Amino acid sequence: MKKLIALGLTAAMAASLAACGSGSGGNTATEGATAAAQGNASDNSGAAGGTFKIGVIGPLTGPAAAYGIAVQNGADLAVKEINEAGGANGIMLESNAQDDEHDAQKSVNAYNTLKDWGAQAIVGSTTSDPCIAVAAETSNDNMFQITPSGSAVECVEPDNVFRVCFADPDQGTASAVYIGENKLASKIAVIYDSSTTYSSGIREAFVKEAGNQGLEIVADEAFTADNATDFSVQLDKAKEAGAELVFLPIYYQEASVILKQASDKDFAPIFFGCDGMDGILTVENFDTSLAEGLMLLTPFSTTEDSSKAFTEAYVAAYGIEPNQFAADSYDAVYAIKAAIEKSGVTADMDYSAICDAFKTAMTEISIDGLTGAGMTWNASGEPDKAPKAVKIVNGVYEMQ
Amino acid sequence: MSFLSYLISGISLGSIYAIIALGYTMVYGIARMLNFAHGDIIMVGGFAIFTMVSTLGMAPMVGIVTAVAVCTLLGVTIEFVAYRPLRDASSLAVLITAIGVSYLLQNLALLIFGSNARQFTSVVTVPGLKLAGGRLSISGETIVTIIVCIVIMAALTTFINKTRIGQAMLAVSEDRGAAALMGINVNRTIAITFAIGSALAAVAGALLCSTYPSLTPYTGSMPGIKAFVAAVFGGIGSIPGALLGGIILGVVENLSKAYISSQLSDAIVFSLLIVILLVRPTGILGKKINEKV
Repeated sequence: MKKLIALGLTAAMAASLAACGSGSGGNTATEGATAAAQGNASDNSGAAGGTFKIGVIGPLTGPAAAYGIAVQNGADLAVKEINEAGGANGIMLESNAQDDEHDAQKSVNAYNTLKDWGAQAIVGSTTSDPCIAVAAETSNDNMFQITPSGSAVECVEPDNVFRVCFADPDQGTASAVYIGENKLASKIAVIYDSSTTYSSGIREAFVKEAGNQGLEIVADEAFTADNATDFSVQLDKAKEAGAELVFLPIYYQEASVILKQASDKDFAPIFFGCDGMDGILTVENFDTSLAEGLMLLTPFSTTEDSSKAFTEAYVAAYGIEPNQFAADSYDAVYAIKAAIEKSGVTADMDYSAICDAFKTAMTEISIDGLTGAGMTWNASGEPDKAPKAVKIVNGVYEMQ
Repeated sequence: MSFLSYLISGISLGSIYAIIALGYTMVYGIARMLNFAHGDIIMVGGFAIFTMVSTLGMAPMVGIVTAVAVCTLLGVTIEFVAYRPLRDASSLAVLITAIGVSYLLQNLALLIFGSNARQFTSVVTVPGLKLAGGRLSISGETIVTIIVCIVIMAALTTFINKTRIGQAMLAVSEDRGAAALMGINVNRTIAITFAIGSALAAVAGALLCSTYPSLTPYTGSMPGIKAFVAAVFGGIGSIPGALLGGIILGVVENLSKAYISSQLSDAIVFSLLIVILLVRPTGILGKKINEKV
């Protein structure tokens, strides 16, 4: 019922935005003004090579807002830098971010809003389930889509969709390999959210790989979105089973509650998460000392040399430290730039023609991104790069 | 030992459901309406405490008192603005209005506080207990929740049976028309019921958020629905029924999480409700009500 109402509200909002967009057909100045009115980054109308419009989708509000805002910021920053450096083949980029509140329906609405705005490629959606929904639409429309962080396998199923982050099974497998190879623990408990594709996907691959790594799964516990505040039973079972490490392939919001409840129970195993854990230090009123020693698999750390310049620019622009989502979306925009340069598309081409050109170009480019050096993509949309893990020490990420 | 630990956390969870269920049951018993906004009043209570304690740095007790005051006022206002004009409307109209109020509160909270989750600082300062050499630990929140639940239950029963207002409530719940003829101010009685129910919601909010320290505009909705189930389970309109229903629900939920499946616990809880309603349509302690047609 909650969704129904939310849908109604979003539909009303989308309708008003669409009305706003339709009045400005073809007039770049007006479109720029519309974009600015919607709170977006850049207005580059009047550039020689024209303007290439990138639609960004992510949860700008809601429980997963830390991801979406980071994606918006990362994309805006990349667009700004690229434009300052002369654009992609002289084409200026313009981005417009729409909120999906981490909801599949709203994400499709956001996509439609962006299509009306004239988007020629999509960076998004930020989270898995919305991304799958949007991928079905972009596939129908033949619109190029690159998701910074939609990690479910199905996200890149259509051939027009690529991603910057690892797929869920790859994260699960990589986590098990990392834990096994670094001998972090041998008795493992898993607490996952069975109501999201993201969490159950990682857990499945993790459990499968754990056997190969000689790890023993002593407790394998689930919760659902409706039940995401009380983890006492799951933690008790993990504690009873003598787990030395608790694997949490979940989003940071639930994880912050788990860490609190575990500390209340004097249960102090190693906690290990994946990219969804990124953002845990931003939870309002969260005692960050609870996250001390928490490890997470993430392709990006502000403490790395390669990300210093980006981190400085990001902090200067937005006042907070970037997380991996910002880095993913920054890389996504650079991938689009590389694809524009490789394929030689022009700003006046329609999105379908651009998409066809990008499908080939994406498999031929290689970028040195923040989330990996020498990233390449295969035709199925998966990136090829090396995994990394960080540990939270004194409230900051430390590369392992 | 682990069984005991699951049982105790189940009772603690159940006590919270019971306190919330009291609000549903009282309003239903007296005003014959389902106040679906009740769960969201809990959330408002949570935010009132969060604002006072974590944002403004007041003492937890000040936060709780403020929350009780805010929620009471809110409950009475909602009753006055949204439900009173519909006193003689069909029950469906009132139900829909209640759902509307629920969304209004959620979305107002979204506007004011945003939808990012906040970590709630516990207002309970009672230390936890460690029994059996540390193998069984009972948190301070659990102890306080169970005690508060029992105290509220006893106080409420006394209030209804021993005071004039309580007697007036009983009279209104039996027959509104006859009560009015006997000189009872029906509107005032119903307003007081809402005031008490909402004050309880504030207390439930404090306990809920202290035990499960995550606060969002949707915090109240799922516990609200489960407490409603608890109220129906125990027999809606019955105060001991709310307690019994709440505790059974909490314990079943926790034990099925522990011994059957942590993902199916909700399904099991709701199936149990269906079974109970098939066997006893008015709930465990519910009275059979002959509808006058």
